[in-house]
Amino acid sequence: MIPAPFDLVTADSAEAAVAALVEHGDDAKLLAGGHSLLPLMKLRLAAPAVLVDIGRLRDRSFVRDDGAHVTVGALTRHRDLETSPVLAEHAPLLAAVAAQIGDPAVRHRGTIGGSLAHGDPASDLPAAVLALGAVLVAVGPGGSREIPAEDFFHGFMDTALHADEMLTEIRIPKTAGAGWSFQKFNRRAQDWAIVGAAIQLGPTPRVALINMDMQPLRASATESAVAGGASPAEAAAVAAEGCSPPEDLNADAAYRRHLAQVMVRRGLVEAAGRSAASGQSTVT
Amino acid sequence: MTVNGQPRAAEVEPRTLLVHYLRDSLGLTGTNIGCDTSSCGACTVHVDGEAVKSCTVLAAQVAGAEVTTIEGLATADGLHPMQQAFMDCHGLQCGFCTPGMVMAATSLLREHPNPTEDEVRLGLEGNLCRCTGYHNIVKAVLACAGGGA
Ligand SMILES: Cc1cc2nc3c(=O)[nH]c(=O)nc-3n(C[C@H](O)[C@H](O)[C@H](O)COP(=O)(O)OP(=O)(O)OC[C@H]3O[C@@H](n4cnc5c(N)ncnc54)[C@H](O)[C@@H]3O)c2cc1C
Ligand code: FES
Ligand code: FES
Repeated sequence: MIPAPFDLVTADSAEAAVAALVEHGDDAKLLAGGHSLLPLMKLRLAAPAVLVDIGRLRDRSFVRDDGAHVTVGALTRHRDLETSPVLAEHAPLLAAVAAQIGDPAVRHRGTIGGSLAHGDPASDLPAAVLALGAVLVAVGPGGSREIPAEDFFHGFMDTALHADEMLTEIRIPKTAGAGWSFQKFNRRAQDWAIVGAAIQLGPTPRVALINMDMQPLRASATESAVAGGASPAEAAAVAAEGCSPPEDLNADAAYRRHLAQVMVRRGLVEAAGRSAASGQSTVT
Repeated sequence: MTVNGQPRAAEVEPRTLLVHYLRDSLGLTGTNIGCDTSSCGACTVHVDGEAVKSCTVLAAQVAGAEVTTIEGLATADGLHPMQQAFMDCHGLQCGFCTPGMVMAATSLLREHPNPTEDEVRLGLEGNLCRCTGYHNIVKAVLACAGGGA
């Protein structure tokens, strides 16, 4: 399978990439690791006339300790998140989520910016940034703007990004040793989550769900229950509240609702255990 | 780009996939196409020392990089230790998946020089084999790691 023909523009800066997006309008798409976009193009489900290659912007690939938060460049590959000592210390949830994406070869190419911008409800990193309360930074023709993760995911593969914007970095508040958990349920090696949950405890406990609706989303009923002192079992019982889970060969909606409760219960127990182990008071 | 140590330059259509460049332009047909949907790993090669699925990378994306295919592993002194371990442990039957398996396994050992059996199984999760049931493949990788390769 071969993609439909396109022109390739190699960007040497984020500004050049945005300029190319402005010039070519709706016909153009950014190309980062290509591990979501190229499979779609090979199946001819996408056929952009122009690809703007941002994969060479190595200065946009970093994990940096910035005091109160950790800043991650949008071009940082899953493999570099997985092995980052800064994340291991200050936002271990993100490293753990990255380590479970696809297989090693996928993690050598795919980037966090590409994964978030793709906005696939079945993907893992959107849940991580939702649970971590991250802020996404995008640059467009008018300069840059900050988008809180909770305002970023709009619908099926639809995000707050405009067609002429590029994600440049993700800012993640440090988690200060608070407990966390990542639960991914799948049937085959290297597969996507049938349902998954990313949980980050702390002053504002957050629980995000994978593959439970048209977009990545938070389990707000569970979050309120946790904040109000409910047990993991009680809080997990309302995990699927307000969700419209997709149905496919792997699972119907009722099964996904059930799985969400199980994943969230296991995750809350594990996260509370981690809080206790690091001397944090548990919120659950 | 450099392929198996040799500098290569070519004008290709932007949509040329790395696997097609290697197979059709350079004649390096050891790299196989199994699924063409990024799932099976038969097309695994190294880009700057790391395993990637060459059916999911444009040749233009790796311009300037160092690419190694299965043909580039053996030296004048003989097979790469991982190739030898696959032979010694009968880590293959039909052999279709083998080039990709060997490339994924050598990349894995670079990142985890002394993997556990579980780490080998997880490390090869992106490579499918329809014949062997994986047992001897895992044995070969562990043997190669133990042998200090
Ligand atoms: C076999 C396989 C298994 C996988 N398994 C999983 C899995 O288990 N879990 C999971 O979460 N993902 C999985 N993935 C997807 C993988 O994580 C992708 O790498 C990731 O979703 C996209 O990142 P990319 O850099 O490759 O983006 P690309 O494919 O290059 O781009 C994806 C989209 O985002 C846009 N884009 C890219 N970068 C930016 C940017 N900086 N700013 C704005 N827009 C941008 C592009 O225009 C495109 O529309 C899998 C992929 C494969 C091939
Ligand atoms: S042919 Fe590339 S992964 Fe199967
Ligand atoms: S040996 Fe036949 S596919 Fe692996």
